[in-house]
Amino acid sequence: MEMRKVLAAELEKIMEENEKVVIINADLAKAAALSNLYQKFPKRCFNVGVAEQNMASIAAGLSSYGFIPFIFTFTPFATRRICDQIAVSICYSKQNVKIFGLDPGITATNNGGTHMSFEDVGIIRSMPQTTVFEPCDEIQLKKSLKQILNYKSMIYVRIFRKGNIKIFDENNCEFDLMKASIIKNGSDISIFCTGIMVEEALKAYEVLKNKNISAEIIDIHTIKPLDSKTILSSIKKTKKAVVAENHNKFGGLFSAICELAAENFPVPIKYVAVEDEFGQVGNLEFLKKYYKLTCESIVEKALSLVE
Amino acid sequence: MNLKEFCLQIRKDIIQEIGTFGVGHIGGSLSIVEILAVLYNNYMNFDPNDPKKEGRDRLIVSKGHAGPAVYAVLANLGFFDKSWLLTLNKPGTNLPSHCDMNKTPGIDMTTGSLGQGFSCAVGIALGSKLKHDNAKIYTIIGDGESQEGQIWEASMFASHNRLDNLIAFLDYNGAQIDGEIIDVCSILPASDKWRTFGWHVIEVRNGNSCEEIDDALRLAQILENKPCMIVANTTKGFGIPFVEKAGVNNHSMNISKEQLEMALDELNKQER
Ligand SMILES: Cc1ncc(C[n+]2csc(CCOP(=O)(O)OP(=O)(O)O)c2C)c(N)n1
Ligand SMILES: [Mg+2]
Repeated sequence: MEMRKVLAAELEKIMEENEKVVIINADLAKAAALSNLYQKFPKRCFNVGVAEQNMASIAAGLSSYGFIPFIFTFTPFATRRICDQIAVSICYSKQNVKIFGLDPGITATNNGGTHMSFEDVGIIRSMPQTTVFEPCDEIQLKKSLKQILNYKSMIYVRIFRKGNIKIFDENNCEFDLMKASIIKNGSDISIFCTGIMVEEALKAYEVLKNKNISAEIIDIHTIKPLDSKTILSSIKKTKKAVVAENHNKFGGLFSAICELAAENFPVPIKYVAVEDEFGQVGNLEFLKKYYKLTCESIVEKALSLVE
Repeated sequence: MNLKEFCLQIRKDIIQEIGTFGVGHIGGSLSIVEILAVLYNNYMNFDPNDPKKEGRDRLIVSKGHAGPAVYAVLANLGFFDKSWLLTLNKPGTNLPSHCDMNKTPGIDMTTGSLGQGFSCAVGIALGSKLKHDNAKIYTIIGDGESQEGQIWEASMFASHNRLDNLIAFLDYNGAQIDGEIIDVCSILPASDKWRTFGWHVIEVRNGNSCEEIDDALRLAQILENKPCMIVANTTKGFGIPFVEKAGVNNHSMNISKEQLEMALDELNKQER
Protein backbone atom coordinates (compact mmCIF):
# COMPACT_ATOMS: atom_id res chain seq x y z
CA MET A 1 0.00 0.00 0.00
CA GLU A 2 1.15 3.56 -0.58
CA MET A 3 2.81 5.08 2.49
CA ARG A 4 0.30 7.94 2.59
CA LYS A 5 -2.60 5.49 2.75
CA VAL A 6 -0.95 3.53 5.55
CA LEU A 7 -0.35 6.79 7.36
CA ALA A 8 -3.97 7.90 7.00
CA ALA A 9 -5.27 4.53 8.23
CA GLU A 10 -3.01 4.57 11.31
CA LEU A 11 -3.85 8.18 12.06
CA GLU A 12 -7.51 7.30 12.00
CA LYS A 13 -6.96 4.73 14.74
CA ILE A 14 -4.90 7.15 16.79
CA MET A 15 -7.49 9.90 16.48
CA GLU A 16 -10.21 7.53 17.59
CA GLU A 17 -8.26 6.60 20.69
CA ASN A 18 -6.81 9.98 21.59
CA GLU A 19 -8.91 13.11 21.53
CA LYS A 20 -5.88 15.36 21.86
CA VAL A 21 -4.61 14.53 18.39
CA VAL A 22 -5.28 17.28 15.85
CA ILE A 23 -4.27 17.51 12.22
CA ILE A 24 -3.22 20.62 10.34
CA ASN A 25 -2.15 20.80 6.73
CA ALA A 26 -1.35 23.54 4.24
CA ASP A 27 -3.45 22.88 1.13
CA LEU A 28 -2.10 19.36 0.70
CA ALA A 29 -4.80 17.26 2.37
CA LYS A 30 -5.63 15.58 -0.93
CA ALA A 31 -1.97 15.03 -1.74
CA ALA A 32 -1.42 13.43 1.67
CA ALA A 33 -4.57 11.27 1.28
CA LEU A 34 -6.04 12.84 4.42
CA SER A 35 -9.45 13.75 2.95
CA ASN A 36 -11.25 10.91 4.74
CA LEU A 37 -9.89 12.00 8.09
CA TYR A 38 -11.05 15.54 7.41
CA GLN A 39 -14.54 14.16 6.88
CA LYS A 40 -14.48 11.86 9.85
CA PHE A 41 -13.00 14.32 12.37
CA PRO A 42 -14.01 17.75 11.05
CA LYS A 43 -13.53 19.40 14.45
CA ARG A 44 -9.96 18.21 14.82
CA CYS A 45 -8.70 18.67 11.26
CA PHE A 46 -7.67 22.08 9.94
CA ASN A 47 -6.42 23.48 6.67
CA VAL A 48 -4.53 26.77 6.96
CA GLY A 49 -4.30 27.15 3.19
CA VAL A 50 -0.92 27.81 1.59
CA ALA A 51 0.66 29.17 4.79
CA GLU A 52 3.25 26.81 6.23
CA GLN A 53 4.85 29.21 8.70
CA ASN A 54 1.46 29.99 10.11
CA MET A 55 0.72 26.26 10.35
CA ALA A 56 3.88 25.56 12.38
CA SER A 57 3.24 28.25 14.97
CA ILE A 58 -0.51 27.51 15.21
CA ALA A 59 0.51 23.92 15.95
CA ALA A 60 2.86 25.14 18.68
CA GLY A 61 0.01 27.13 20.21
CA LEU A 62 -2.27 24.12 20.19
CA SER A 63 0.48 22.03 21.73
CA SER A 64 0.93 24.53 24.55
CA TYR A 65 -2.79 24.09 25.19
CA GLY A 66 -2.46 20.34 25.60
CA PHE A 67 -3.16 19.11 22.09
CA ILE A 68 -0.88 16.92 19.98
CA PRO A 69 -0.73 18.43 16.50
CA PHE A 70 0.36 16.42 13.46
CA ILE A 71 1.22 18.83 10.63
CA PHE A 72 1.72 18.03 6.95
CA THR A 73 3.30 19.57 3.86
CA PHE A 74 6.04 18.76 1.33
CA THR A 75 9.52 18.32 2.89
CA PRO A 76 11.01 21.66 1.72
CA PHE A 77 8.05 23.59 3.09
CA ALA A 78 8.05 21.47 6.28
CA THR A 79 11.66 22.42 7.01
CA ARG A 80 13.51 25.17 5.15
CA ARG A 81 10.39 27.29 4.63
CA ILE A 82 9.45 27.21 8.30
CA CYS A 83 12.87 26.92 9.86
CA ASP A 84 12.56 29.72 12.40
CA GLN A 85 9.03 28.76 13.37
CA ILE A 86 10.29 25.24 14.08
CA ALA A 87 13.28 26.59 16.00
CA VAL A 88 11.43 29.09 18.17
CA SER A 89 7.72 28.21 18.36
CA ILE A 90 8.29 24.46 18.46
CA CYS A 91 11.79 23.46 19.62
CA TYR A 92 12.95 26.31 21.85
CA SER A 93 9.46 26.46 23.39
CA LYS A 94 9.54 22.67 23.88
CA GLN A 95 6.26 22.04 22.10
CA ASN A 96 5.16 18.58 21.09
CA VAL A 97 4.48 18.95 17.37
CA LYS A 98 4.77 16.07 14.92
CA ILE A 99 5.96 17.38 11.56
CA PHE A 100 5.36 15.20 8.51
CA GLY A 101 7.40 16.11 5.43
CA LEU A 102 6.11 14.50 2.25
CA ASP A 103 8.30 13.44 -0.68
CA PRO A 104 11.88 13.77 0.61
CA GLY A 105 14.77 14.27 -1.81
CA ILE A 106 14.37 12.74 -5.25
CA THR A 107 10.96 11.28 -4.44
CA ALA A 108 9.57 14.76 -5.26
CA THR A 109 10.18 13.69 -8.92
CA ASN A 110 8.09 15.82 -11.32
CA ASN A 111 7.75 18.73 -8.93
CA GLY A 112 11.41 19.46 -9.54
CA GLY A 113 14.04 21.64 -7.88
CA THR A 114 11.81 23.94 -5.85
CA HIS A 115 10.14 20.97 -4.20
CA MET A 116 13.19 18.72 -3.83
CA SER A 117 14.77 18.87 -0.38
CA PHE A 118 18.30 17.57 0.03
CA GLU A 119 18.94 19.64 3.15
CA ASP A 120 15.92 19.03 5.39
CA VAL A 121 17.59 16.45 7.64
CA GLY A 122 20.56 18.77 8.12
CA ILE A 123 18.29 21.68 9.03
CA ILE A 124 16.27 19.82 11.62
CA ARG A 125 19.20 17.80 12.95
CA SER A 126 21.14 20.96 13.74
CA MET A 127 18.47 22.25 16.10
CA PRO A 128 18.67 21.14 19.76
CA GLN A 129 16.49 18.32 21.03
CA THR A 130 14.95 17.38 17.71
CA THR A 131 14.17 13.94 16.39
CA VAL A 132 14.38 12.91 12.76
CA PHE A 133 12.76 9.73 11.51
CA GLU A 134 12.39 8.24 8.04
CA PRO A 135 10.57 4.92 7.67
CA CYS A 136 11.85 2.79 4.80
CA ASP A 137 8.64 0.86 4.23
CA GLU A 138 4.98 0.67 5.13
CA ILE A 139 5.48 -1.81 7.96
CA GLN A 140 7.93 0.44 9.73
CA LEU A 141 5.63 3.40 9.21
CA LYS A 142 2.69 1.46 10.56
CA LYS A 143 4.56 0.26 13.63
CA SER A 144 6.03 3.68 14.34
CA LEU A 145 2.91 5.76 14.67
CA LYS A 146 1.94 4.82 18.23
CA GLN A 147 5.52 5.41 19.33
CA ILE A 148 5.57 8.77 17.61
CA LEU A 149 2.36 9.70 19.41
CA ASN A 150 3.68 8.63 22.81
CA TYR A 151 7.05 10.27 22.25
CA LYS A 152 6.83 13.46 24.27
CA SER A 153 8.70 15.72 21.92
CA MET A 154 8.89 17.28 18.51
CA ILE A 155 9.64 14.83 15.73
CA TYR A 156 10.23 15.33 12.01
CA VAL A 157 9.11 12.43 9.81
CA ARG A 158 10.17 12.14 6.17
CA ILE A 159 7.65 10.20 4.11
CA PHE A 160 7.80 9.00 0.50
CA ARG A 161 4.07 9.53 0.09
CA LYS A 162 3.50 7.40 -3.01
CA GLY A 163 6.12 4.86 -1.99
CA ASN A 164 4.95 1.29 -2.11
CA ILE A 165 7.91 -0.51 -0.60
CA LYS A 166 8.04 -3.66 1.50
CA ILE A 167 11.23 -4.46 3.32
CA PHE A 168 10.01 -5.98 6.56
CA ASP A 169 7.67 -8.82 7.37
CA GLU A 170 4.91 -7.43 9.54
CA ASN A 171 4.64 -10.49 11.80
CA ASN A 172 8.32 -10.95 12.13
CA CYS A 173 9.86 -7.61 12.97
CA GLU A 174 10.41 -5.67 16.13
CA PHE A 175 10.28 -1.95 15.82
CA ASP A 176 11.72 0.53 18.28
CA LEU A 177 11.89 4.19 17.25
CA MET A 178 15.16 4.60 19.12
CA LYS A 179 16.88 1.46 17.82
CA ALA A 180 18.44 0.98 14.40
CA SER A 181 17.22 -2.08 12.48
CA ILE A 182 19.90 -4.61 11.60
CA ILE A 183 18.53 -6.18 8.43
CA LYS A 184 21.52 -8.35 7.52
CA ASN A 185 24.39 -9.37 9.74
CA GLY A 186 27.84 -9.21 8.20
CA SER A 187 31.48 -8.91 9.10
CA ASP A 188 33.42 -7.20 6.27
CA ILE A 189 31.75 -3.82 5.92
CA SER A 190 28.90 -1.88 7.52
CA ILE A 191 26.34 -0.31 5.23
CA PHE A 192 24.20 2.26 6.99
CA CYS A 193 21.19 3.29 4.99
CA THR A 194 17.89 5.12 5.35
CA GLY A 195 14.67 5.72 3.43
CA ILE A 196 14.63 4.66 -0.22
CA MET A 197 18.32 3.71 0.03
CA VAL A 198 17.49 0.67 2.16
CA GLU A 199 16.15 -1.13 -0.89
CA GLU A 200 19.32 -0.27 -2.84
CA ALA A 201 21.52 -1.40 0.06
CA LEU A 202 19.77 -4.77 0.12
CA LYS A 203 20.46 -5.21 -3.59
CA ALA A 204 24.08 -4.24 -2.93
CA TYR A 205 24.21 -6.88 -0.18
CA GLU A 206 23.49 -9.61 -2.76
CA VAL A 207 26.04 -8.28 -5.24
CA LEU A 208 28.71 -8.13 -2.54
CA LYS A 209 27.78 -11.57 -1.28
CA ASN A 210 28.49 -12.94 -4.76
CA LYS A 211 31.95 -11.43 -4.47
CA ASN A 212 32.41 -13.13 -1.09
CA ILE A 213 32.05 -9.91 0.82
CA SER A 214 29.90 -10.04 3.91
CA ALA A 215 28.09 -6.73 4.35
CA GLU A 216 26.14 -5.74 7.43
CA ILE A 217 23.04 -3.79 6.42
CA ILE A 218 21.66 -1.48 9.07
CA ASP A 219 18.64 0.71 8.48
CA ILE A 220 19.01 3.96 10.40
CA HIS A 221 15.37 4.97 10.40
CA THR A 222 15.98 7.41 13.22
CA ILE A 223 18.73 9.75 12.13
CA LYS A 224 18.55 11.75 15.34
CA PRO A 225 19.10 10.68 18.05
CA LEU A 226 21.40 8.04 16.56
CA ASP A 227 21.44 4.54 17.97
CA SER A 228 25.13 4.92 18.70
CA LYS A 229 25.44 1.56 20.42
CA THR A 230 24.36 -0.42 17.35
CA ILE A 231 26.38 1.72 14.96
CA LEU A 232 29.59 1.62 17.00
CA SER A 233 29.45 -2.09 17.64
CA SER A 234 29.03 -2.65 13.90
CA ILE A 235 32.01 -0.54 12.87
CA LYS A 236 34.13 -1.99 15.65
CA LYS A 237 33.54 -5.33 13.97
CA THR A 238 33.87 -4.30 10.29
CA LYS A 239 36.31 -1.35 10.59
CA LYS A 240 34.76 0.40 7.55
CA ALA A 241 31.44 1.71 6.40
CA VAL A 242 29.35 3.12 3.59
CA VAL A 243 26.46 5.45 4.33
CA ALA A 244 23.62 5.71 1.78
CA GLU A 245 20.99 8.42 1.95
CA ASN A 246 18.58 10.38 -0.25
CA HIS A 247 19.99 13.73 0.93
CA ASN A 248 22.90 16.07 0.40
CA LYS A 249 26.21 14.61 1.60
CA PHE A 250 26.41 17.54 4.03
CA GLY A 251 24.30 17.55 7.17
CA GLY A 252 22.45 14.25 6.86
CA LEU A 253 23.07 10.67 7.91
CA PHE A 254 26.60 10.55 6.49
CA SER A 255 27.54 13.58 8.58
CA ALA A 256 25.85 12.16 11.66
CA ILE A 257 27.68 8.84 11.43
CA CYS A 258 31.03 10.49 10.72
CA GLU A 259 30.58 12.69 13.78
CA LEU A 260 29.86 9.67 15.93
CA ALA A 261 32.73 7.61 14.53
CA ALA A 262 35.27 10.44 14.58
CA GLU A 263 34.83 10.87 18.29
CA ASN A 264 34.47 7.24 19.32
CA PHE A 265 36.01 4.88 16.80
CA PRO A 266 37.45 6.50 13.66
CA VAL A 267 37.30 4.24 10.60
CA PRO A 268 37.14 4.99 6.86
CA ILE A 269 33.57 5.90 5.86
CA LYS A 270 32.29 6.66 2.36
CA TYR A 271 29.01 8.16 1.26
CA VAL A 272 26.37 7.51 -1.36
CA ALA A 273 24.51 10.81 -1.28
CA VAL A 274 23.82 13.89 -3.36
CA GLU A 275 27.01 15.73 -4.38
CA ASP A 276 26.02 19.15 -3.05
CA GLU A 277 23.59 19.83 -5.89
CA PHE A 278 20.02 21.06 -6.20
CA GLY A 279 17.14 18.93 -7.45
CA GLN A 280 15.46 18.86 -10.84
CA VAL A 281 12.46 17.28 -12.57
CA GLY A 282 12.53 13.66 -13.65
CA ASN A 283 11.15 10.26 -12.79
CA LEU A 284 12.57 8.31 -9.87
CA GLU A 285 14.70 5.98 -12.00
CA PHE A 286 16.30 8.89 -13.87
CA LEU A 287 16.96 10.81 -10.67
CA LYS A 288 18.46 7.78 -8.92
CA LYS A 289 20.91 7.39 -11.78
CA TYR A 290 21.61 11.12 -12.12
CA TYR A 291 22.41 11.58 -8.43
CA LYS A 292 24.07 8.14 -8.22
CA LEU A 293 21.73 6.95 -5.48
CA THR A 294 21.91 3.35 -6.63
CA CYS A 295 22.92 -0.12 -5.64
CA GLU A 296 25.87 0.20 -8.08
CA SER A 297 27.19 3.26 -6.24
CA ILE A 298 26.96 1.45 -2.92
CA VAL A 299 28.81 -1.55 -4.33
CA GLU A 300 31.48 0.66 -5.86
CA LYS A 301 32.12 2.53 -2.63
CA ALA A 302 32.09 -0.68 -0.62
CA LEU A 303 34.61 -2.35 -2.95
CA SER A 304 36.90 0.66 -2.80
CA LEU A 305 37.06 0.18 0.97
CA VAL A 306 37.33 -3.59 1.04
CA GLU A 307 39.99 -4.01 -1.62
CA MET B 1 -2.72 36.43 -35.59
CA ASN B 2 -5.25 38.32 -33.48
CA LEU B 3 -5.39 37.92 -29.71
CA LYS B 4 -8.21 35.42 -29.81
CA GLU B 5 -6.32 33.19 -32.24
CA PHE B 6 -3.20 33.60 -30.14
CA CYS B 7 -5.05 32.39 -27.03
CA LEU B 8 -6.41 29.38 -28.89
CA GLN B 9 -2.89 28.52 -30.02
CA ILE B 10 -1.60 28.84 -26.44
CA ARG B 11 -4.35 26.53 -25.16
CA LYS B 12 -3.49 23.99 -27.84
CA ASP B 13 0.15 24.14 -26.85
CA ILE B 14 -0.60 23.84 -23.13
CA ILE B 15 -2.71 20.70 -23.58
CA GLN B 16 -0.11 19.38 -25.99
CA GLU B 17 2.68 19.91 -23.42
CA ILE B 18 0.82 18.38 -20.50
CA GLY B 19 -0.93 15.71 -22.58
CA THR B 20 2.38 14.55 -24.04
CA PHE B 21 3.90 14.22 -20.57
CA GLY B 22 0.69 12.72 -19.17
CA VAL B 23 0.14 14.82 -16.06
CA GLY B 24 0.50 18.44 -15.00
CA HIS B 25 -0.80 21.70 -13.58
CA ILE B 26 -3.46 22.30 -16.19
CA GLY B 27 -6.11 24.32 -14.29
CA GLY B 28 -3.97 27.23 -13.19
CA SER B 29 -2.14 27.29 -16.52
CA LEU B 30 -5.36 27.74 -18.49
CA SER B 31 -6.76 30.46 -16.22
CA ILE B 32 -3.97 32.95 -17.04
CA VAL B 33 -3.83 32.55 -20.84
CA GLU B 34 -5.59 35.85 -21.60
CA ILE B 35 -3.47 37.74 -19.05
CA LEU B 36 -0.27 36.43 -20.66
CA ALA B 37 -1.53 37.01 -24.21
CA VAL B 38 -2.44 40.65 -23.64
CA LEU B 39 0.70 41.39 -21.63
CA TYR B 40 3.14 39.99 -24.17
CA ASN B 41 1.32 41.15 -27.30
CA ASN B 42 0.17 44.63 -26.28
CA TYR B 43 2.30 45.87 -23.41
CA MET B 44 5.61 44.27 -22.66
CA ASN B 45 8.87 45.49 -24.13
CA PHE B 46 11.10 42.44 -24.78
CA ASP B 47 13.42 40.90 -27.35
CA PRO B 48 13.25 37.12 -27.91
CA ASN B 49 16.74 37.25 -29.41
CA ASP B 50 18.12 38.98 -26.35
CA PRO B 51 16.02 37.65 -23.48
CA LYS B 52 18.21 39.25 -20.80
CA LYS B 53 18.24 42.72 -22.45
CA GLU B 54 18.74 45.47 -19.88
CA GLY B 55 15.80 47.75 -19.24
CA ARG B 56 13.27 45.23 -20.60
CA ASP B 57 9.88 44.83 -19.01
CA ARG B 58 9.69 41.73 -16.86
CA LEU B 59 7.10 39.19 -15.83
CA ILE B 60 7.43 37.18 -12.64
CA VAL B 61 4.94 34.35 -12.53
CA SER B 62 4.87 33.87 -8.79
CA LYS B 63 2.43 30.96 -9.08
CA GLY B 64 5.31 29.09 -10.68
CA HIS B 65 3.33 25.90 -11.32
CA ALA B 66 1.73 27.71 -14.30
CA GLY B 67 5.02 27.20 -16.16
CA PRO B 68 3.35 25.31 -19.04
CA ALA B 69 1.29 28.42 -19.94
CA VAL B 70 4.30 30.71 -19.87
CA TYR B 71 6.41 28.28 -21.92
CA ALA B 72 3.71 28.11 -24.61
CA VAL B 73 3.69 31.91 -24.89
CA LEU B 74 7.48 32.21 -24.93
CA ALA B 75 7.77 29.52 -27.62
CA ASN B 76 5.18 31.22 -29.81
CA LEU B 77 7.03 34.53 -29.47
CA GLY B 78 10.30 32.93 -30.58
CA PHE B 79 12.26 32.73 -27.33
CA PHE B 80 13.04 29.09 -28.14
CA ASP B 81 12.02 26.39 -30.56
CA LYS B 82 8.47 25.11 -30.25
CA SER B 83 9.72 21.53 -30.23
CA TRP B 84 10.90 22.18 -26.68
CA LEU B 85 7.27 22.16 -25.55
CA LEU B 86 7.10 18.40 -26.01
CA THR B 87 9.94 17.96 -23.52
CA LEU B 88 7.97 19.45 -20.61
CA ASN B 89 9.06 17.81 -17.36
CA LYS B 90 11.04 15.07 -19.10
CA PRO B 91 14.49 14.22 -17.72
CA GLY B 92 16.99 16.88 -18.73
CA THR B 93 14.35 19.31 -20.03
CA ASN B 94 14.69 23.10 -20.14
CA LEU B 95 10.98 23.36 -19.28
CA PRO B 96 10.49 22.05 -15.74
CA SER B 97 7.11 22.01 -14.03
CA HIS B 98 7.94 25.23 -12.15
CA CYS B 99 9.48 28.35 -13.77
CA ASP B 100 13.30 28.39 -13.71
CA MET B 101 15.22 31.51 -14.82
CA ASN B 102 18.42 29.54 -15.36
CA LYS B 103 16.87 26.95 -17.63
CA THR B 104 14.32 28.73 -19.82
CA PRO B 105 15.05 31.81 -21.97
CA GLY B 106 12.50 34.51 -21.18
CA ILE B 107 11.75 33.43 -17.62
CA ASP B 108 12.64 36.38 -15.38
CA MET B 109 12.57 34.68 -11.98
CA THR B 110 12.66 31.19 -10.54
CA THR B 111 9.40 30.42 -8.76
CA GLY B 112 7.47 27.43 -7.42
CA SER B 113 7.75 27.96 -3.68
CA LEU B 114 4.59 30.03 -3.38
CA GLY B 115 4.82 33.58 -2.08
CA GLN B 116 8.48 34.13 -2.89
CA GLY B 117 8.07 35.23 -6.51
CA PHE B 118 5.93 38.16 -5.47
CA SER B 119 8.60 39.51 -3.11
CA CYS B 120 11.17 38.98 -5.88
CA ALA B 121 8.96 41.07 -8.19
CA VAL B 122 8.91 43.82 -5.57
CA GLY B 123 12.71 43.67 -5.39
CA ILE B 124 12.96 43.84 -9.18
CA ALA B 125 10.60 46.85 -9.28
CA LEU B 126 12.73 48.53 -6.62
CA GLY B 127 15.86 47.79 -8.68
CA SER B 128 14.32 49.35 -11.75
CA LYS B 129 13.43 52.48 -9.76
CA LEU B 130 17.01 52.70 -8.49
CA LYS B 131 18.34 52.40 -12.05
CA HIS B 132 15.78 54.81 -13.54
CA ASP B 133 15.39 52.52 -16.54
CA ASN B 134 11.63 53.01 -16.85
CA ALA B 135 10.90 49.29 -17.02
CA LYS B 136 7.47 47.98 -16.07
CA ILE B 137 7.45 44.99 -13.78
CA TYR B 138 4.51 42.61 -14.06
CA THR B 139 3.71 39.72 -11.78
CA ILE B 140 0.96 37.13 -11.34
CA ILE B 141 -0.02 35.60 -8.00
CA GLY B 142 -2.60 32.92 -7.23
CA ASP B 143 -5.55 33.30 -4.87
CA GLY B 144 -4.41 30.27 -2.87
CA GLU B 145 -0.90 31.70 -2.92
CA SER B 146 -2.36 34.84 -1.31
CA GLN B 147 -2.65 32.87 1.94
CA GLU B 148 1.14 33.07 2.32
CA GLY B 149 2.13 35.79 4.81
CA GLN B 150 5.02 36.75 2.54
CA ILE B 151 2.55 38.17 0.00
CA TRP B 152 1.35 40.72 2.54
CA GLU B 153 4.82 41.59 3.76
CA ALA B 154 5.78 42.37 0.17
CA SER B 155 2.52 44.22 -0.42
CA MET B 156 3.22 46.62 2.44
CA PHE B 157 6.77 47.27 1.33
CA ALA B 158 5.73 47.93 -2.27
CA SER B 159 3.15 50.57 -1.39
CA HIS B 160 5.37 52.10 1.29
CA ASN B 161 8.02 52.61 -1.38
CA ARG B 162 5.53 53.86 -3.99
CA LEU B 163 6.52 51.24 -6.55
CA ASP B 164 4.16 52.44 -9.26
CA ASN B 165 6.20 50.59 -11.87
CA LEU B 166 4.82 47.34 -10.42
CA ILE B 167 1.61 45.97 -11.95
CA ALA B 168 0.36 42.75 -10.40
CA PHE B 169 -2.40 40.34 -11.28
CA LEU B 170 -4.32 38.29 -8.76
CA ASP B 171 -5.51 35.25 -10.69
CA TYR B 172 -8.76 34.90 -8.79
CA ASN B 173 -9.87 31.51 -10.10
CA GLY B 174 -11.47 30.64 -6.77
CA ALA B 175 -9.69 27.33 -6.27
CA GLN B 176 -6.57 25.83 -4.74
CA ILE B 177 -5.52 22.17 -4.42
CA ASP B 178 -7.83 21.12 -1.60
CA GLY B 179 -10.94 22.91 -2.87
CA GLU B 180 -12.47 26.34 -3.17
CA ILE B 181 -10.58 29.16 -1.49
CA ILE B 182 -13.68 30.18 0.47
CA ASP B 183 -13.91 26.66 1.93
CA VAL B 184 -10.22 26.19 2.73
CA CYS B 185 -9.22 29.58 4.14
CA SER B 186 -10.97 32.58 2.66
CA ILE B 187 -9.01 35.58 1.38
CA LEU B 188 -12.17 37.66 0.93
CA PRO B 189 -12.69 40.54 0.53
CA ALA B 190 -9.58 40.46 -1.65
CA SER B 191 -9.86 43.83 -3.37
CA ASP B 192 -10.47 45.66 -0.10
CA LYS B 193 -7.41 44.04 1.42
CA TRP B 194 -5.21 45.33 -1.39
CA ARG B 195 -6.76 48.79 -1.16
CA THR B 196 -6.12 49.04 2.56
CA PHE B 197 -2.57 47.85 1.93
CA GLY B 198 -2.10 50.99 -0.15
CA TRP B 199 -2.49 49.69 -3.68
CA HIS B 200 -4.49 50.87 -6.67
CA VAL B 201 -7.00 48.11 -7.37
CA ILE B 202 -8.63 47.42 -10.72
CA GLU B 203 -11.26 44.71 -10.81
CA VAL B 204 -11.74 42.68 -13.95
CA ARG B 205 -15.07 40.94 -14.07
CA ASN B 206 -14.03 38.40 -16.69
CA GLY B 207 -10.32 37.74 -16.51
CA ASN B 208 -10.59 35.36 -19.46
CA SER B 209 -11.61 38.22 -21.76
CA CYS B 210 -8.74 39.82 -23.64
CA GLU B 211 -10.71 43.06 -24.00
CA GLU B 212 -11.28 43.39 -20.27
CA ILE B 213 -7.65 42.55 -19.44
CA ASP B 214 -6.54 45.09 -22.01
CA ASP B 215 -8.79 47.80 -20.54
CA ALA B 216 -7.36 47.13 -17.09
CA LEU B 217 -3.77 47.25 -18.31
CA ARG B 218 -4.37 50.47 -20.23
CA LEU B 219 -5.64 52.11 -17.05
CA ALA B 220 -2.82 50.62 -14.96
CA GLN B 221 -0.20 52.28 -17.20
CA ILE B 222 -1.32 55.77 -16.19
CA LEU B 223 -1.95 55.25 -12.47
CA GLU B 224 0.76 56.84 -10.31
CA ASN B 225 2.26 56.84 -6.83
CA LYS B 226 1.16 53.34 -5.83
CA PRO B 227 1.66 49.83 -7.17
CA CYS B 228 -1.36 48.43 -8.97
CA MET B 229 -3.21 45.16 -8.35
CA ILE B 230 -5.51 43.88 -11.08
CA VAL B 231 -7.93 41.44 -9.49
CA ALA B 232 -8.93 39.19 -12.38
CA ASN B 233 -11.87 36.88 -11.88
CA THR B 234 -10.88 33.90 -13.97
CA THR B 235 -12.06 30.34 -14.42
CA LYS B 236 -9.66 27.57 -13.48
CA GLY B 237 -9.28 25.31 -16.52
CA PHE B 238 -10.89 27.87 -18.84
CA GLY B 239 -11.28 27.03 -22.51
CA ILE B 240 -10.96 23.24 -22.45
CA PRO B 241 -14.37 21.83 -21.51
CA PHE B 242 -13.35 18.58 -19.82
CA VAL B 243 -10.77 20.38 -17.70
CA GLU B 244 -13.14 23.19 -16.81
CA LYS B 245 -15.77 20.62 -15.85
CA ALA B 246 -13.39 18.89 -13.44
CA GLY B 247 -13.70 22.05 -11.30
CA VAL B 248 -11.75 21.95 -8.05
CA ASN B 249 -10.14 18.71 -9.21
CA ASN B 250 -8.35 20.31 -12.14
CA HIS B 251 -5.34 21.70 -10.28
CA SER B 252 -3.15 18.87 -11.51
CA MET B 253 -4.65 16.25 -13.80
CA ASN B 254 -3.68 13.13 -15.63
CA ILE B 255 -4.31 13.72 -19.34
CA SER B 256 -4.74 10.68 -21.58
CA LYS B 257 -3.90 10.58 -25.27
CA GLU B 258 -7.64 10.42 -26.04
CA GLN B 259 -8.34 13.48 -23.92
CA LEU B 260 -5.49 15.28 -25.66
CA GLU B 261 -6.92 14.48 -29.11
CA MET B 262 -10.42 15.43 -28.00
CA ALA B 263 -9.25 18.78 -26.63
CA LEU B 264 -7.24 19.56 -29.76
CA ASP B 265 -10.27 18.74 -31.95
CA GLU B 266 -12.42 21.05 -29.90
CA LEU B 267 -9.93 23.90 -30.01
CA ASN B 268 -9.51 23.44 -33.78
CA LYS B 269 -13.26 23.74 -34.21
CA GLN B 270 -13.30 26.98 -32.24
CA GLU B 271 -10.63 28.33 -34.56
CA ARG B 272 -12.87 28.01 -37.61
C1 LIG C 1 5.30 27.32 -0.35
C2 LIG C 1 4.49 26.33 -1.10
N1 LIG C 1 3.59 25.57 -0.44
C3 LIG C 1 2.88 24.64 -1.09
C4 LIG C 1 3.02 24.44 -2.44
C5 LIG C 1 2.24 23.36 -3.15
N2 LIG C 1 1.22 23.98 -4.03
C6 LIG C 1 1.43 24.13 -5.35
S1 LIG C 1 0.18 24.92 -6.11
C7 LIG C 1 -0.70 25.03 -4.67
C8 LIG C 1 -2.05 25.68 -4.66
C9 LIG C 1 -2.00 27.07 -5.19
O1 LIG C 1 -3.26 27.61 -5.35
P1 LIG C 1 -3.43 28.91 -6.23
O2 LIG C 1 -2.41 29.92 -5.81
O3 LIG C 1 -4.83 29.34 -6.16
O4 LIG C 1 -3.02 28.41 -7.68
P2 LIG C 1 -3.91 28.24 -9.00
O5 LIG C 1 -5.33 28.07 -8.58
O6 LIG C 1 -3.73 29.50 -9.75
O7 LIG C 1 -3.35 27.08 -9.72
C10 LIG C 1 0.02 24.46 -3.62
C11 LIG C 1 -0.45 24.39 -2.23
C12 LIG C 1 3.98 25.25 -3.09
N3 LIG C 1 4.22 25.13 -4.40
N4 LIG C 1 4.68 26.19 -2.41
MG1 LIG D 1 -6.38 29.51 -7.46
